[in-house]
Amino acid sequence: MPPISFTVNGKRETVDVAPDTPLLWVLRDTLGLTGTKFGCGIAQCGACTVHLEGTATRTCVLPVSAVAGKRVTTIEGLSKNRAHAVQRAWIAEDVPQCGYCQSGQIMAAAALLAKKPHPTDADIDAAMTNICRCGTYQRIRAAIHRAAQGA
Amino acid sequence: MSAPSQVSRREFLETTAAAGAGLVIGFHLPAGGRFAAAPAAPFAPNAWLRISPDNSVLIVVDRSEMGQGVTTALPMLVAEELDADWTTVKIESAPADKAYINPMFGMQGTGGSTSVRAAYTPLRKAGAAAREMLVAAAAQTWGVDKVECHAERGAVVHERSKRRATYGQLAAKAASLPVPENPTLKEPKAWKILGHRVKRLDTPAKVDGSAEFGIDVKAPGMLVAVVARSPAIGGKVASFDATKAKAVPGVKDAVQISSGVAVIADGYWNAKKGRDALDVKWDDGPNAQLSSASISQLLRDQAAKPGAQARHDGDPDGALAGAASKVEAAYELPLLAHATMEPMNCTAHVRADGVDVWAPTQFQTGVQGLAAKIGGVPPEKVQVHTTYLGGGFGRRFELDFIQEALETSKAAGAPVKVVWSREDDMQHDQYRPASVHQMRAGLDAAGKPVAWTHAFAAPSIMARVFGPGVIKNGIDEETVEGAVGMPYTVPNVHVQYALTDLGIPVGFWRSVNNTFNAFVVESFIDELAHAAKKDPYEYRRDLLGKAPRHLGVLNLAASKAGWSTPLAAGRWRGIAVWKSFDSYVAEVAEISMNADGTPRVHRVVCAVDCGPVVNPSIVEAQMESAIVYGLTAALWGEITIDKGRAQQSNFNNYLMLRMGDMPRVEVHIVPSTDAQGGVGEPGTPPIGPAVCNAIFAATGKRVRKLPIGKLT
Repeated sequence: MPPISFTVNGKRETVDVAPDTPLLWVLRDTLGLTGTKFGCGIAQCGACTVHLEGTATRTCVLPVSAVAGKRVTTIEGLSKNRAHAVQRAWIAEDVPQCGYCQSGQIMAAAALLAKKPHPTDADIDAAMTNICRCGTYQRIRAAIHRAAQGA
Repeated sequence: MSAPSQVSRREFLETTAAAGAGLVIGFHLPAGGRFAAAPAAPFAPNAWLRISPDNSVLIVVDRSEMGQGVTTALPMLVAEELDADWTTVKIESAPADKAYINPMFGMQGTGGSTSVRAAYTPLRKAGAAAREMLVAAAAQTWGVDKVECHAERGAVVHERSKRRATYGQLAAKAASLPVPENPTLKEPKAWKILGHRVKRLDTPAKVDGSAEFGIDVKAPGMLVAVVARSPAIGGKVASFDATKAKAVPGVKDAVQISSGVAVIADGYWNAKKGRDALDVKWDDGPNAQLSSASISQLLRDQAAKPGAQARHDGDPDGALAGAASKVEAAYELPLLAHATMEPMNCTAHVRADGVDVWAPTQFQTGVQGLAAKIGGVPPEKVQVHTTYLGGGFGRRFELDFIQEALETSKAAGAPVKVVWSREDDMQHDQYRPASVHQMRAGLDAAGKPVAWTHAFAAPSIMARVFGPGVIKNGIDEETVEGAVGMPYTVPNVHVQYALTDLGIPVGFWRSVNNTFNAFVVESFIDELAHAAKKDPYEYRRDLLGKAPRHLGVLNLAASKAGWSTPLAAGRWRGIAVWKSFDSYVAEVAEISMNADGTPRVHRVVCAVDCGPVVNPSIVEAQMESAIVYGLTAALWGEITIDKGRAQQSNFNNYLMLRMGDMPRVEVHIVPSTDAQGGVGEPGTPPIGPAVCNAIFAATGKRVRKLPIGKLT
């Protein structure tokens, strides 16, 4: 098995793992980037969402071999010092409760806003399908609208 | 009228703690051990507070943060009375220690919506005592009378001489002074932090991925294990062959533990591949033939038998016989999984000289006691490191996942993190009990209830967790909670309970037994209103004369929801009110019906009376959260059993409410100086019945069996 190389948060990484290993576990166990979470393992909940070439992608079912040569951004690389508008809006609205799903929610919201800078409620419903068991949806919606205003 | 005998879980736990029951364990760390990590000699007048010369204020949080906001609310209590500069407050999670026993539990644990209530006075006193010591230290330093000095934002000021000293500067001197036993607490009108919408201290770490949950723990040399457990609940390993598992690259070993076979590898993915490759022959055990149908039949049979009497007022049989009209209904509720977002996990390192446990746990002294037992070390050699919890909801009060990590680490001779897959988590839960309820009522000619009887069958969570000793005369006081405390004025009442073991482990699930009793009581009172041809809100209101706090939230929710104003075409409302954990919550749900027979919840108006409020933003968030939790369960939640196996496995077949399903939730807090209640759970019980009552208003169909699913 040849090593697999890709870019994570602007840094070139080379990993020597089984090619069917989901990107999630390479990020978490091999590279120590534990901000991306494991929730379901079947791409249902979105806790494992990262940006793959700028697109929100669920990594628990994505074999690492599929990202060879590609550019991955995780929550740790979204901004320096929580400066991204989505992160600032999340803080302003005090969104997280347990916080476990929030990395995935933030990555999904950031990808949505990159495509649609002023999403409607319907756009948010369609794009934000991540599960939050604490039920922070109302504050997530408010934070996305706030981020659209520049947070 | 006989008073309902209400012994709460809290009282029970205090009793068993006093009796030295096995699970209740509290330990003192050796002198200095508690704050061993603190380098300098900070000012540490009590177990919760450390002030260092650099002016940092460290507040030790002795409850588990699982989203409910304790890492903000508890520091607010200390900081207010301390007159701390809130921007300098740092938090740290407490070790397992006697100093941190929950006074409402008799052990160090988080649950029962107790955290703020239990800490409300002790933590404010802790802050106030420190403030008085700092003021005294400044007065002594300056040679002035301490009454001329006051504290403000992390400093003591002597106004007349314009002198000012920071807490950091005063820390060493304050540490040498005696700790006042009865410091003066502020009047609420002087509060600058308490009662305000203070931002959560844990938010920054939860928006950049740096918050450490149990599953994120890293220890040098750590291995990761995934456990194969009996597919049939209660089954055991008959034999296993690890040849294929060990052939998976990265797999180190496979060891038998109490709950099954742990496959140990260099990371989760290889451990899981190893577990999937493992050959295990299972002995299905006593539940091999258990099914949802057999569970349902057993509960129905049990509910029909004479049960143990939990409440008896007047002459219910006579009143029923003489009633102008009668209403009867049977209700049935399913098993439910907790489904915390973070699957169960625990990291343990069992060594000859001690044990470290890193865990997202709600029960620190339970972890400590178990680790001491398995590790064969004295409890003071066990260090419990509580991480953030990716949801708790009662699931993380259990010790099953802790035990697996301890046993596997002991077998491996290395630090081991046990991680559950989502399927493991859903199929090996301690479920919310299933229950069946037979209700009867008699109404007089004016429609007022003259008799109310409630007979139900359900397993006892308390009996499973703490043993059969908790059952008194057939009654588990927790299981009948809310059924006995039914708040409506009815002269003749009978409540009976049939404790029914299903063979399926049951556990504390957000708002616990209130979840089923609220659904039944608040649906049945709605049925009575309909039979009496009365408005369901007005009918409740007229029967709550002896329950002023119920009435207060009921009226507020109805008013804010515009109960008396007409709805848009196709919209319908339902209402419910419930007391749990000493708080009172009423909810009005506004729904429409989809063409496929499913309801759509558009709006929920919630009124809560929880007594004095520490942080209104957190109270609102907890109501929203509890409503989502209860609504998810009411709409879709059901664990079914076939051949002893849970049939649901993941979020594709155990559905979760998502953004697109989210109603608009409006929370109204009753200004109150009455006794303080909790806020983590009490928002959950009313939502199911409120929605089902709205469905009745919309369709004339009464939902008597949850989940709601699709109405036909």
